[in-house]
Amino acid sequence: MLSFSKTFHNKSRLISRRMFILSTLKITVFAIIISRLFYLQISENIKYRSLSDKNRLREWKISPERGVIKDYFGAKIANNKQTYQLLMIPEDVPNLEEFFFKLSKIINFDNRERRILLKKLKRRKPWESIVVSDNLSWSEFSRLNLFAHEIQGIKPAVAISREYSDDESSSHILGYVSDVSAKDLKNNNYLKEINVPGLKTGKNGLEKSLNEKIIGKPGVQRFEVNAYGKRIKELKLIEGISGRDFKTTIDQEIQKFSGKLIADKSASVCVMDIYTGDIVVSVSSPTFDPNKFVHGISHEDWEKLINNNKKPLINKTIAGLYPPGSTIKPIVALSALENDVISPKLVVKCTGSIDFYGETFHCWKKKGHGFMSLRNAIKQSCDVYFYEVARRLGIDRLSVTAKKFGLGKLALNFFNEEKKGVVPDTKWKLEKIGKGWYLGETLISGIGQGYFQSTPLQLCFMMAQLANGGYEIKPRIIDDRYALQPMVDAWREEFASRRNNLELPNPRLKKLYRNQENIKLVLDALYGATNEPMGTSYRSRHVKAKYIYAGKTGTSQVRRITLEERKKDLKTQDVPYEQRDHALFTAFAPYKNPRYAISIVVEHGGAGSSGAAPIAKKIIKKVLDRHQLRKKYQLDLFKEA
Amino acid sequence: MQQQFLKNNISLKDKIGALDFKLVFLILLLGIISFFTMYSTEQGKLGYYTQSHIYRFCIFFVIFFICAFLKLQFWHKFTNLFYFLVIILLLAVDFFGIAASGSTRWINLFVFNLQPSELMKVALIIFLAKYYNKISIDEVSRVKSMVIPSFALFLPVALVISQPDLGTALLIMIGGLAVVWLAGLKLKYFMFSFVTFMCSMPVVIAFLKPYQKLRILTFLNPERDPLGAGYQIIQSKIAVGSGGIFGKGFLKGSQSYLDYLPEKHTDFIFTLFSEEFGFIGCIFLLLIYMLILYRITKIGQKSKSNFAKLYCFGFAVAFFTYVVINMSMVLGLLPIVGAPLPIMSYGGSSMLSMMIGLGIVMSCNIHNEDRL
Repeated sequence: MLSFSKTFHNKSRLISRRMFILSTLKITVFAIIISRLFYLQISENIKYRSLSDKNRLREWKISPERGVIKDYFGAKIANNKQTYQLLMIPEDVPNLEEFFFKLSKIINFDNRERRILLKKLKRRKPWESIVVSDNLSWSEFSRLNLFAHEIQGIKPAVAISREYSDDESSSHILGYVSDVSAKDLKNNNYLKEINVPGLKTGKNGLEKSLNEKIIGKPGVQRFEVNAYGKRIKELKLIEGISGRDFKTTIDQEIQKFSGKLIADKSASVCVMDIYTGDIVVSVSSPTFDPNKFVHGISHEDWEKLINNNKKPLINKTIAGLYPPGSTIKPIVALSALENDVISPKLVVKCTGSIDFYGETFHCWKKKGHGFMSLRNAIKQSCDVYFYEVARRLGIDRLSVTAKKFGLGKLALNFFNEEKKGVVPDTKWKLEKIGKGWYLGETLISGIGQGYFQSTPLQLCFMMAQLANGGYEIKPRIIDDRYALQPMVDAWREEFASRRNNLELPNPRLKKLYRNQENIKLVLDALYGATNEPMGTSYRSRHVKAKYIYAGKTGTSQVRRITLEERKKDLKTQDVPYEQRDHALFTAFAPYKNPRYAISIVVEHGGAGSSGAAPIAKKIIKKVLDRHQLRKKYQLDLFKEA
Repeated sequence: MQQQFLKNNISLKDKIGALDFKLVFLILLLGIISFFTMYSTEQGKLGYYTQSHIYRFCIFFVIFFICAFLKLQFWHKFTNLFYFLVIILLLAVDFFGIAASGSTRWINLFVFNLQPSELMKVALIIFLAKYYNKISIDEVSRVKSMVIPSFALFLPVALVISQPDLGTALLIMIGGLAVVWLAGLKLKYFMFSFVTFMCSMPVVIAFLKPYQKLRILTFLNPERDPLGAGYQIIQSKIAVGSGGIFGKGFLKGSQSYLDYLPEKHTDFIFTLFSEEFGFIGCIFLLLIYMLILYRITKIGQKSKSNFAKLYCFGFAVAFFTYVVINMSMVLGLLPIVGAPLPIMSYGGSSMLSMMIGLGIVMSCNIHNEDRL
């Protein structure tokens, strides 16, 4: 019993001793846990708090509103309108097939849209809403709202989208907006930053050039989200900033008028203020409806545009390249005069053609013009005379003058699609074609054929710089008063000195001439071409003093005319459309106190005198009629002039 | 002798008087804290989890008292039966068990689903306590007397591992080994078996399920797969760490409220608690657990029988292990093994086994003077 009791106590003591060791161990472990808690909750608290917020908060961007584009008088030519959208939240849709079926009963939802949507679905997270359709009609929208509770996962919404005026005459200048493509994202960092589903970006024209400023800044909605990304509640809303509005120099009224005049042709019209460089009219025909692009153009519409051989998508004013033809003759004459190659009194006998090193160069008038002076040669557009002038001048000197007056370089340098054209010279040919220059090429360059390529804008620009007395101006399409002010001041000085008859050099305007008399002579000859009998555009003249203008026709060949064809002397209508000549016309108006320059190109329109000049006559009248109105909106630039 | 006889038949009133009220109060306090925490897991709604947690606590608290008022002799007498009953239940799991998330741990008892492995935590401790109570110190380290404890230990552990439920098996084993060591088995045997264990590790690893291997790898580097297996540890650490000193406030734990926390009702309940109540709250909770352990140890020390001593100390070690392993797991100190936090975690079997265990401890306190 005693020994039992002893062993019992020994055992009891052993157990207690071991328990004591374990208790010490327990306290140590608890201390480790407490220090771990201290480390996580106190030392590293800030780190984990921010991680927790990162978990918790998510931001959604709200599409910004695009700025409005207005014409010179404030009329909105690219506006915003309310559209009715249908959004879907993929995770809330239990059955896609059923969803599509129900949807097709309510709104116009075809297989193509379904395909696009399925493609989008693959790329998106299930809780991010997707735009199913962003251009619902009011009746579709109201029907949707009525049935919204029957289809799970849809969300009808009101949004803002682009709307272009429906006369379509400004489609080319404005361009259009459409969904952001992967390429757009790659090329533009600011688009990456905005990155809102359903965002539209400018693809063309002004919409593209102004995109960064006009697109605006997106708003932000901050939400608390759960682990599955579902929004729990809105915590913060930062309103977006809508894009800047822009005013253009365009007169939408004349734009519309011109558009109608050339509607059935493949043609372009450009009108420019010869002092400010404001582009008043820029129309290209045929045109297209930019509204169709906003919500994704249908396949048939796209095919129609692409397959139209009159190329409706190209802005011919800035991207159409044509040989300038006879419209370049004023520059050829000026270049020769400025370089003292000829005197105005030079007389050349035109017999209808000249032979040059065994090659025959023809005048447009088969019988020939007889004895021609410079003024008469411009007036009647005698080719033989200009062959001779060009022969004496040489291509390199001609090219210098042509470039000075705006050919062969980007006139606006504002649009992506603008083309440079070609002003050839010996060096250019060697570099681009790798061959030496032939004298024969100089001759045809003298009448604006051969390698010469220019846009209607360049021709208008050239005429404007001649008509303003030979001063350099800068074409512009966005009306920015502050940028214009120095130009206005410079002109004011120029006019003041003209009135005082002081031949003081004006340092603020860059002269393009050596002797202004040469320019006056050329302008006088252009007066003759329009307003005197035998002049090429005599039939399209204005009789009323107010509208009298001066202009130069041009007929540029699309291809070389063979000898047989020349003998047949075919009428324009008898030649296949693609082989007909381009009709060109450049002019300035009014003749006294000129203000506007105009250029018209009618593709395959035949002779400039019959194909282009009559259109110009009508547009000039319209432009001058609206001049007083335009002046009201202008800085008091030419009160004295 | 006369006195002992009288004490053998003490009245219910005296039994109530002999309760360790401090321990009762601590358990009740822990229960109430667990109600509020459970309420918070359901975003402040008296939902299914909170309700059934409260019901269970109430029922098991009654069971706690029943266990406490049962004579120690009863426990001593029916220990073997209790142990074998649980073994049978464990075997039954293999045949009639209910599978959930890849392992079969429960059997359907119609009233509720029981997880026998949880009951084994207590059954093994009391079984070993009884065994070592019988044999003398000198016999403990003899090979002959090592046979029964070894079988008693490894049979349930093997059964639970095969479910598979590594976490619970580990906890059962630690509780058992604690009793064996307390009973006086020399340290060298533990060293020897530890070395054997380490040597057999490669073999064991080969038998591990892929998800178990993944857990170990994830523990070693949680950032290895932040959205997969490491997600739980990372989110848990974020929740705890973002709590700060005073916590985000009751019902304001964004991590749990927004479903970033995995298994927030069960294994990760401490994460939610520490997110909402911060460092101060955690210290308070730890203090409660420490005091509970202190009370259990105290009862063990006062106990006059070695059976009671061994049981109380063994249970204290086991209880401590459950608390510590769960906390270390959610704090990123140990791999995720699936160990509930006693009383706090949602789960009937776990709470039942803790209440029975604590009830027996209380019985040791009440019936201290009884002869076995």
